[in-house]
Amino acid sequence: MLLIELQKITKDYNGHIIFSDICETLREGSCLVITGPNGSGKTTLLKILAGLIRPASGKFTISVDGTLLADENRKDYLGFVSPDLYLYEELTALENLEFFVKVRGLAESEEYCLKLLKKVQLDKWGGSLVGTYSTGMKQRLKFAYALLHQPLLLLLDEPGANLDEEGQALVQEIISQQKETGAVILSTNDPAEVARYGDQVLKLDEAGRCFIK
Amino acid sequence: MVTRFLSWTRQAGALLNKDFKAEFRTKYALNSFLMFAVTTLVIVSFAVGPYYLDPVMHASFIWIIIFFSAMAGLARAFIKEQERGTVYALKLSTTPEIIYLGKFCFNLLLLLLVLLVIIPFYFFFLSPSVGNPLLLVVVLLLGSLGLTGTTTILSAIVSKANVKGNLLPVLAFPVLLPLLVTSINGTRLALEGYTFGEASSELRVLSSFFVIMTTVSLLLFNYVWED
Repeated sequence: MLLIELQKITKDYNGHIIFSDICETLREGSCLVITGPNGSGKTTLLKILAGLIRPASGKFTISVDGTLLADENRKDYLGFVSPDLYLYEELTALENLEFFVKVRGLAESEEYCLKLLKKVQLDKWGGSLVGTYSTGMKQRLKFAYALLHQPLLLLLDEPGANLDEEGQALVQEIISQQKETGAVILSTNDPAEVARYGDQVLKLDEAGRCFIK
Repeated sequence: MVTRFLSWTRQAGALLNKDFKAEFRTKYALNSFLMFAVTTLVIVSFAVGPYYLDPVMHASFIWIIIFFSAMAGLARAFIKEQERGTVYALKLSTTPEIIYLGKFCFNLLLLLLVLLVIIPFYFFFLSPSVGNPLLLVVVLLLGSLGLTGTTTILSAIVSKANVKGNLLPVLAFPVLLPLLVTSINGTRLALEGYTFGEASSELRVLSSFFVIMTTVSLLLFNYVWED
């Protein structure tokens, strides 16, 4: 059983508190939606959970069947999609996925990467350079990148950004599939996404406080 | 242990392969490298003209060209990841040690590629006599290893600064000074025709510098790479 715990996470920039003492518990099959106005720290919190930036205090733990997973191996059980994350524009989509498979030390083949591209509906453009992609196509490719290692926890920052209706349906499908095997934490400003995905909702405000619904 | 080493090699190899593929499509580092190297070489050859240069001067010119070309080209490996925003994707995919090894191998091959161009050109334009060509090759190789090992970690530090372009030579110079002095001396000995035995102290210093800098870099890279 997967258990994710945010324990008193606080972040400040040069003494200015972004948020403080965020506590939340998330179990397998759930989706936690982080919402709040611009500047409330949604993206910062997701980056802390991804291990990309350090919190001022507090910690974030993941345990499976009571065994705590080590922080150093966090990349092995997290998938991250964010507007701040870019893939290699001078490589094709297939080359990008193949590179990340190899650099992660996974055994998956080219066929597996093609299957993932098909899942995000980019199979027709798998051989095109990512630099020639539209913003929506790049967003779809980020999902393929995040799902490459079948993570336990999917962290999604504004997952619906730049996506058309088909893309939105794809996000919905990915989130519901992820909930079958793990959990999802996503941040959004869209009330429809909060209502659609939010099994648990964490609302941040500009003063750095958080409210749990 | 062996399985782990092989896995590391494969992962670092994937990074190296990706960097070369991207580099040959964009010529991002190679252009800055070659432009600087060729321009400096031409300026030196015009400045020297018909005058005779002793081996110390030749050795100094060779390493000045190598040092500043390396500063222009080698920093790009990390700056490119930072500027294009791919740094998060890379951070979330592998360990800092593999990133250091992959980038080190990429920088080393790039530097050797540039040396393959500029050293023959240097000999063509300035015609220095070489007493012990094999010793020259070994000194150039060991010097390049130390230069790359040091520049790779420093360029990761520089990639996080606001003034990326000019910072690397300033940071690298004091750290690389012992390597440069020894490389210049080793190159002089090779040009003057000394044997490997007579140049053994230079070779030992260059090898030690490479081993120490690479080990320290591997140990510290985690702190440099993480925010």
